[in-house]
Amino acid sequence: MPALFILIPLLSLMLLNLPFGLMRRLIYGWGILLCLAQFFSVIYLPLGLWGRDLGVLAPFFKLDLGVDNFTRLMLICIGIVSFTAIFLVRYLILEEGKRFNFLSLLFLALIGLNGVVLVEDIFSLYVFLEVVTVCSFIIIAFSRRPDALEGAFKYVILSGIGSMMLLAAIALIFIFSGSTNFIELSAAVKALPHNWLMNFALALFLSGLLIKSGMVPFHGWLADAYTAAGPVGSIFLAGIITKTVGIYALMRVVIAVFGFSAGLIQVLLFVGALSIVVGALLALAQDDFKRMLAYSSISQVGYILLGFGCGSAFGFIAACFHLFNHAIFKSLLFVNSAALEQSTGSRDMRSMGGLAQKMPFTGITSIIGALSAAGLPPLAGFWSKLLIILALWFSGHFLYAAIAVIASLLTLSYMLSMQRKVFFGELAIGMENIREARFGLLFPAILLALIIVLIGVSAPFWIKL
Amino acid sequence: MRVDIFLLIILMAAAIWTVMTRSLLRSAIGLALSSVILAMLMYRLGAKLAAVVELSVCAGLIPVIFVSTISLTEPLTHKEVLQQMKQRLRRFYALPIMVIALGIILSLLRFPPPVTGISAEGIKDAPSVLWNLRQIDLLGQVVIILCGVFGVVILLKEEFKQ
Repeated sequence: MPALFILIPLLSLMLLNLPFGLMRRLIYGWGILLCLAQFFSVIYLPLGLWGRDLGVLAPFFKLDLGVDNFTRLMLICIGIVSFTAIFLVRYLILEEGKRFNFLSLLFLALIGLNGVVLVEDIFSLYVFLEVVTVCSFIIIAFSRRPDALEGAFKYVILSGIGSMMLLAAIALIFIFSGSTNFIELSAAVKALPHNWLMNFALALFLSGLLIKSGMVPFHGWLADAYTAAGPVGSIFLAGIITKTVGIYALMRVVIAVFGFSAGLIQVLLFVGALSIVVGALLALAQDDFKRMLAYSSISQVGYILLGFGCGSAFGFIAACFHLFNHAIFKSLLFVNSAALEQSTGSRDMRSMGGLAQKMPFTGITSIIGALSAAGLPPLAGFWSKLLIILALWFSGHFLYAAIAVIASLLTLSYMLSMQRKVFFGELAIGMENIREARFGLLFPAILLALIIVLIGVSAPFWIKL
Repeated sequence: MRVDIFLLIILMAAAIWTVMTRSLLRSAIGLALSSVILAMLMYRLGAKLAAVVELSVCAGLIPVIFVSTISLTEPLTHKEVLQQMKQRLRRFYALPIMVIALGIILSLLRFPPPVTGISAEGIKDAPSVLWNLRQIDLLGQVVIILCGVFGVVILLKEEFKQ
C-alpha cells in the first residue's frame, strides 16, 4: 500500500506528459488532488490497510517500503507543503509551458520525498535523496537568472560532496554488515560496538546529511539557494526539501541503524546549538526578506537537532513536533514573501514600511508565522520549543536548554524587526498604490496560519507529559 | 593482489591528472582512463556486470558527452591557460601529497575483518537482483533519469530556442 505514494505520482506524471493538449490542462488540478489525497489518506486510512499489498499489481512491483508514525508525520508535512507550492504555481508562474514543466518537476520532487520517507534500506535512501537533490538543483536554477544559476551551482557542488560522503559511508557499512537493510544494519552495528571504521562511516554519513540540511558550519549554500529560487521554489525548498533530505534522513538513520552514543549526542547538541545561534545572528543582519527567512531556517532546524540530540524519546517527539511546525510556519512566511514581492516588486525590507495598512491579510498571517517561529504562546511553535527545552532539561543538558531559551529571544528580535520594517509604522514613500495580494496567494497563507493557531490553541488538550 | 595494487596506483595517478591537467579535453580523457582502470579492477574482483556498465557508460558514453560539450566552448588563449595553470597548481599542490599520505596511513592501519560471504561472485543472477531485490532502486533510477530529462527541457531547451 505505501508503494502507491510513489507509483501514483510517477504514473500520473507519465500520463500527463503524453502529447495531448488536455493532459497539460489537467496537471494543475491533478497535482492539487494528489496532495490532498496524500494528506487525507495518511490521516484517515486505518492502520490495518497500510500493510496490504497492491492486489493485482503486486507481482509487478516488489517495493520494500515501510510505514511508522514518523513516516506518517512526514507524509502529512510533504502533502501540506506540496499542496501550498502547487496551488501557488498557477498565480506565480504565468507562462503555460513553464508552469507545466515546473509542475512536472514538483511531481518528481514529490516522488523523491515520499521515497525518502518510505524506504527501509540505506542505499534506497541514498537513491531517493539524489532524486530530490537533482530536482532541487533544477528548481533553484529554474528562472536562469545569474543569481539562480550561482545558487544552483553552489548547491550542486556542496550537495555533491555530501553525496560522496554518504556513498562512502554506505560502502563502509556494507563491508561490515553485508546488508543495506535498516534492521540488519542495526544488528551489525550492535555486534560491532567499538569498530572504529563503523564510527568513521557514521561520521561520514552525518557530515553528508548535515551538508544537505545546511547546518552550521555547512550552511554556505543555503541562503543563496533559497534566495535565488523563485517564490514557489523557496517554499518547497525551505518548507520540506531540506528538512526531509537532511534532518529526516539523519533522524531515521540514527534511530534505525546507529542508535545514540554519548559522543553522537554531544555532536548533535553542539551542531544544533551552533546552528541556532549563528543562524539567528545572521538573520538579524539581513535586509532581504527571503535571505532573513533562509538564515532563520538554519536556526529553527538547529532546534530540531537540539531536541533530537537529547537522545531520549521525549526529545525525539519534541523534535518531530518542531519539524512539523517549522514546515508550516516557514512555508507561511515564504508565501508572505511571495505576496510582498509580487505586490511591491522588491524584497528589500529597507524600502518597505507600513504595509499592514495596504496588505492587512498578508500582515496578519505574517505576524502569526513570525510569532510561531519565535515561540510565543499560544501558537504552535511555542509548544514545540517548550517541549524541546523541557527535553533538554530532563536529560540534564542545562547549558543547551539555556542556549535554546536565549536564542529564542534572538528569533523574537529579528522577527519583530522584520514586522516593524515591513508592516508597521508610516507607509513608505512609493508604496501608496500597493494593493493586497491576490486571493490565490492569500488562500494558502490563511490556511497555514489557521493550522498554526488551531494546533497552538488545542495543544494543551492533547499534550500529555 | 599485486596487480590490483598496481591498478589502484595507476587509477590514483589518472584521477590526480584529471583534476590537475590544464586542458578540459585532457581532463575528460583522464576521466575515461580512470573509468577504464576502475572497470578492470571491478572485473578482477568478480563484479563483471558492473565492469561492463562502467566501461560502456562511464568510460565510453560520459566522456563522449563531455568532449562534445567542450568542443562547443571557446578555448582559452595560451596566456590565460598558463595563468589558470598557475592558479590550479597553487590550489591543488597539496592534493597528490594528501593522497599518498592517506594511502600510506590506511595501509598501516589494522582493519577489522569484513563480514564473510559477501562477494560479487556470490551473486550469480544480477538481473534478478536488479529486478526483484532492488526494484525500488531501479524505480529511483528511472525517476532520476526523468529529472534529467526535465532539467534539460527546462534549463536548456528555451536557451537553445533563443
